[in-house]
Amino acid sequence: MQNLNIMIVGVGGQGTLLASRILGAVALKKNYDVKVSEVHGMSQRGGSVVTYVRLGDKIHSPLVEKGEADIIISFEQLESMRWAEYLRCGGKFIVNEQKIDPMPVIIGKAKYPEKIIEKIKENCRKTIVVDALSIAKKCGNIKTVNTVLLGVLAKSTQIEKEVWLESLKETVPSKFLDVNLKAFEEGYSLQAQ
Amino acid sequence: MKKLMLGNEAVARGAYEAGVTVATAYPGTPSTEITETIAANYDNIYSEWSPNEKVALEVAIGASIAGARSICSMKHVGLNVAADPLFTVSYTGVNGGLVIVVADDPGMHSSQNEQDSRFYARSAKVPMLEPSDSQECKDFVKKALEISEEFDCPVILRLSTRISHSQSLVELGEKEDYKLKDYKKDFNKYVMMPAMARKRHVEVEKRMARLREFAENTSLNKIEWGSKDIGVITSGIAYQYAKEAFGDVSYLKLGMVYPLPEKLIREFSGKVKKLYVVEELEPFFENQIKKMGIEVTGKELLPAIGELSANIIKEKVLGEKVEINAAINEAIPVRPPVMCPGCPHRGTFYVLKKLKLTVNGDIGCYTLGALPPNESMDTCVCMGASIGMAHGMEKARGRDFSRKTVAVIGDSTFIHSGITGLIDIVYNKGNSTIIVLDNSITGMTGHQENPTTGFTIKGEPTRQVDLVKLANAIGIDRVRVADPFNLKEFEKIVKEEVEADEPSLIIAQRPCALLKRSVNFKGPLKISSEKCRKCKVCMTIGCPAIVDKGSSIEINDALCVGCELCTKVCRFDAIEKAGADCAKS
Ligand SMILES: Cc1ncc(C[n+]2csc(CCOP(=O)(O)OP(=O)(O)O)c2C)c(N)n1
Repeated sequence: MQNLNIMIVGVGGQGTLLASRILGAVALKKNYDVKVSEVHGMSQRGGSVVTYVRLGDKIHSPLVEKGEADIIISFEQLESMRWAEYLRCGGKFIVNEQKIDPMPVIIGKAKYPEKIIEKIKENCRKTIVVDALSIAKKCGNIKTVNTVLLGVLAKSTQIEKEVWLESLKETVPSKFLDVNLKAFEEGYSLQAQ
Repeated sequence: MKKLMLGNEAVARGAYEAGVTVATAYPGTPSTEITETIAANYDNIYSEWSPNEKVALEVAIGASIAGARSICSMKHVGLNVAADPLFTVSYTGVNGGLVIVVADDPGMHSSQNEQDSRFYARSAKVPMLEPSDSQECKDFVKKALEISEEFDCPVILRLSTRISHSQSLVELGEKEDYKLKDYKKDFNKYVMMPAMARKRHVEVEKRMARLREFAENTSLNKIEWGSKDIGVITSGIAYQYAKEAFGDVSYLKLGMVYPLPEKLIREFSGKVKKLYVVEELEPFFENQIKKMGIEVTGKELLPAIGELSANIIKEKVLGEKVEINAAINEAIPVRPPVMCPGCPHRGTFYVLKKLKLTVNGDIGCYTLGALPPNESMDTCVCMGASIGMAHGMEKARGRDFSRKTVAVIGDSTFIHSGITGLIDIVYNKGNSTIIVLDNSITGMTGHQENPTTGFTIKGEPTRQVDLVKLANAIGIDRVRVADPFNLKEFEKIVKEEVEADEPSLIIAQRPCALLKRSVNFKGPLKISSEKCRKCKVCMTIGCPAIVDKGSSIEINDALCVGCELCTKVCRFDAIEKAGADCAKS
């Protein structure tokens, strides 16, 4: 198969790591070679975070570089803008509508850019905008934002739904499984509409 | 069975499979998960968080000499702290195999410098291995232990952030049945006094010669022939980037990065038209290869600063420009890390800023107090430095200056290397005020227990260091314990202590907001639009949950935990519990 380069971007603390773990489990089930590069440490404290996931027959570098991502899942609007140039021509952008002000904006040293979604859409025709926070709240746990977005991603790949569900079951702690399965379904069915 | 593992998890697995029974470490990104994984998964291995890397290595050396296979892990700067035992354990050698894992951080994702650890192998005269993915992480731990025992020396395993924190596939193996080796008293080998050390140094040099021979033939170093127009000598993560960038050329992949296999390098270079060295950070291979009289290109083209990547190699070496399409041309505000909502350090820095003190900082989550809006930290050098530096400032500029100066240091950092600095102040008649930011955990590296928390790495209760008694015992009479969220009281105490003409210790005690066992916040707050006068005082505490919406100040309920620090600075009682219309409970 052709290599598939996925990036998960967001703000430290938003749960991007769990999403990449589940992606890794999916790759393993499909017998692909896979590398997942994560960010630990300093930036996890509310900084800009990025995870790279690469699947294929043989993967060398764990990094996805500018212009190389087939899919970017962004957990936050400003972060989608920051990483936009990593998307390849014709790649797919999954953007969560949530906004989190970075400190320069909070203290009035910078402005949170306007009309980000429009700008992203101008650049990338295959943009899917999701209000994952509202969906997660509706499901009963705002921490399932990541699983909602994963559901949207799952629908955009060729990989069978069962594989995603099995991986979810293996990765998510059992007491949070039901709410996560629900959130996944919500994300998965979203795009069909 | 294949499993997806972080490089760090694979190192832990390798230790387990190789029969390691003692694992020590002081946490440090990107090395931390090695010992966390061991503690969580492999009960037959004794594991510990040591107070610092020096102690960690000494414990591992003791275990090795006593006959066990042992592993000691740290980040790159940790090896500076452990350098003293390192240089001499090179002389004593080992009994059971000893691996020292050191994780470099090119690009400084979470570090204060990007030193290249390979120089330690060279100066301490110990072999160093460097894996290029998780499978090799596991395999190389075993190899390192074998080399350690065969050559009677410690072996360093060098990782880097992208190896430690990338997951890739690992084939799991069986656990080896390793028997504890006999312990034999041997003072000629283990007591390094001048007479014995002189003899051991001769052994070290002989060992180096044997290791050089070994490097020529080991399967750790291998040639992959492709097109011979280009030959690339590389190792570790740089190998993966090179494969991606050069494609089908010839590679000499070094798994053993010190000592180098000179004959193999000559053979390889003789068969390729153009020779490159691709290595992250310093020209470590390059300079040695040039010294062999071999023509090679490396750092003329490639940067010695920061991380490499496939695109950097393509651009700098092959002259290929990578095309980028979907770029948005607009200034994008940066998003630096911030103290979490509810972070106890926020109270401390609010007060320090208000008092306009010179603050000698240290390393931990609280270093974020140097950034806007707090901007109340003047220095940060290395773990423990804050205390000695405050003392140095007083000695340089006198008592008036030191009345406006403090040092701040986290609980883990204080235990790591703050205590000796404090003793220096007492002994040498200083008057500094030291604030220990006791959040009951090692926060920055992701919540490790430490000697002040009362729990071991396995979560078992243990004796807790009593900071008050400790300070008293070394001669500090003025010790104050205060809650940094009690802003008025905290401010008063800081003012009193900087004025006092003797050393003093303030213990700012409040648990990390993420510490589940101690924290019980009541949930998000909101700002009443009737009561709020938009004075924006609440914004000066620098909480990421408080947002200026232009027409109103609002609290982001997805971020707010309800720590109530903002309610203490609001003069109009405008901040209340979300969901309840009445005043705050
Ligand atoms: C010699 C050395 N070892 C390890 C580290 C990694 N490190 C940075 S901060 C820190 C611990 C911080 O804990 P603490 O002092 O309790 O402060 P907190 O983050 O909890 O506020 C560690 C282990 C380092 N920078 N230097």
